[in-house]
Amino acid sequence: MLEAGTLKALAEAVRRGDARALARALTVVENDPAGAADLLRALGTAGGARAHRVGVTGPPGVGKSTLVAALAAAWRLLGKRIGILAVDPTSPFSGGALLGDRIRMGALAGDANVFIRSLASRGAYGGLSAAADDAADVLDAAGFDPVVTETVGVGQAEIEIARAADTTVLVLAPGQGDEIQAMKAGLLEVADILVVNQADRRDADRFVHALEAAFDLRAGPRPPILETIASKGEGVGEVREAIDARLRPDAQEAVGTRRLERARRRIRAEVDRRRAETWWAGRGDVLDAAALGVTAGELTVADAAAEFAEGKERDR
Amino acid sequence: MNDVSSERPIRVLVAKAGLDGHDRGAKVVAAGLRDAGFEVIYTGLRQTPEMIVEAALQEDVDCIGLSIHSGAHMTIFPRVHELLAAHAAEGILLTGGGIIPAADVRALEDLGVGRLFGPGTPLAEVSDYIREEVRARRGASSGTGS
Ligand SMILES: Nc1nc2c(ncn2[C@@H]2O[C@H](COP(=O)(O)OP(=O)(O)OP(=O)(O)O)[C@@H](O)[C@H]2O)c(=O)[nH]1
Ligand SMILES: [Mg+2]
Repeated sequence: MLEAGTLKALAEAVRRGDARALARALTVVENDPAGAADLLRALGTAGGARAHRVGVTGPPGVGKSTLVAALAAAWRLLGKRIGILAVDPTSPFSGGALLGDRIRMGALAGDANVFIRSLASRGAYGGLSAAADDAADVLDAAGFDPVVTETVGVGQAEIEIARAADTTVLVLAPGQGDEIQAMKAGLLEVADILVVNQADRRDADRFVHALEAAFDLRAGPRPPILETIASKGEGVGEVREAIDARLRPDAQEAVGTRRLERARRRIRAEVDRRRAETWWAGRGDVLDAAALGVTAGELTVADAAAEFAEGKERDR
Repeated sequence: MNDVSSERPIRVLVAKAGLDGHDRGAKVVAAGLRDAGFEVIYTGLRQTPEMIVEAALQEDVDCIGLSIHSGAHMTIFPRVHELLAAHAAEGILLTGGGIIPAADVRALEDLGVGRLFGPGTPLAEVSDYIREEVRARRGASSGTGS
């Protein structure tokens, strides 16, 4: 755990634009929730988000990383500094992870105005979104704007992260029954902008029509549906414009609502984390006893939980 | 909870340096290291020393593992080592593999490069080495307060 003085020096270096310090700060927020709280305070992010937080999500292999790299290149032409968080799943078996999104981002190498960090999901549902939000705060404090987070839109945690962005871009590719998959997973609902990548494939137009039809069956507005060939940079400018348009004065309300939602969710998650930490401290033995009771068939999980919740837990 | 640093996952950057065209071997190593419990950042083919070091610093890795089969090991390893030193990042373990003559291995190890593994080394040997070495380095730096 880092000491207060060290944290303060680290925060100052991050704000000065020291890339090494930024990398260290991201390690802190990823591994140490208490350190993260102190660090974010020292970074002075209390004023709220400044950067546009963009979530890019979608099924595996549709071209998300390629698109993110192309978007970053487009923003660079406008003089923007881009922070990228690329989240990939942790293996439930080994606890390890293979983080491969950088493979598609090689063209951004050597540019100090682009900072890329890979994050492993580490399986913890609340933990991942907390770390990803904190990491975005750190990139924001370091002056990166937009901050783009790529997640594979398969798990609930990943969808949650995408939903937490100011603007959520859902990337799909023609074929593979993706449209049905996406609807099943509740993915379409999170999209502010829909991108059909790999538009060089023959069935792209048919796929776009199927998507439009799917939205017509739903209540509420249909998000823009844009076609790209990310590997050639085609159509990427339009996606960049659609993302930036979310911050135009006439559209800003939606983003404001998202930011409120995000703050609400983060506060709740942090309260839950702190309470759980203090609350379970010293109750390990009683928990063991209750677990034994449950496995022996003496009481149900719900009854055991009710005892805890009502403060009537006891050593058996 | 109180000593987070000792249990945080070990992060390893795996890169294929040099100009030869395939990365099957490097991918197998990357997957193997994931299965050994590491968080592996895989950056792909044709990585220059500058790209490798930039990525390693951004990702705050504990270790860089380079796969070099192009015969360029005597330029790439020293250059990566030199760039790490220039960023005061010698704490990052630099290791790797490929077909490297014994004399070159010795010369590189004298430079301060970590162990270099020949083709066909069991992955467990590589992962055990990385784990031990990184733990020792983390232990050594935790007292300095940085
Ligand atoms: N034909 C075609 N291929 C593309 C296009 N965009 C990306 N690709 C290729 O699709 C493959 C996957 O691209 P990625 O960008 O890694 O996809 P991803 O969605 O980030 O993948 P994961 O992070 O593994 O889920 C790569 O081989 C890309 O070169 C495109 O517009 N057309
Ligand atoms: Mg990707």
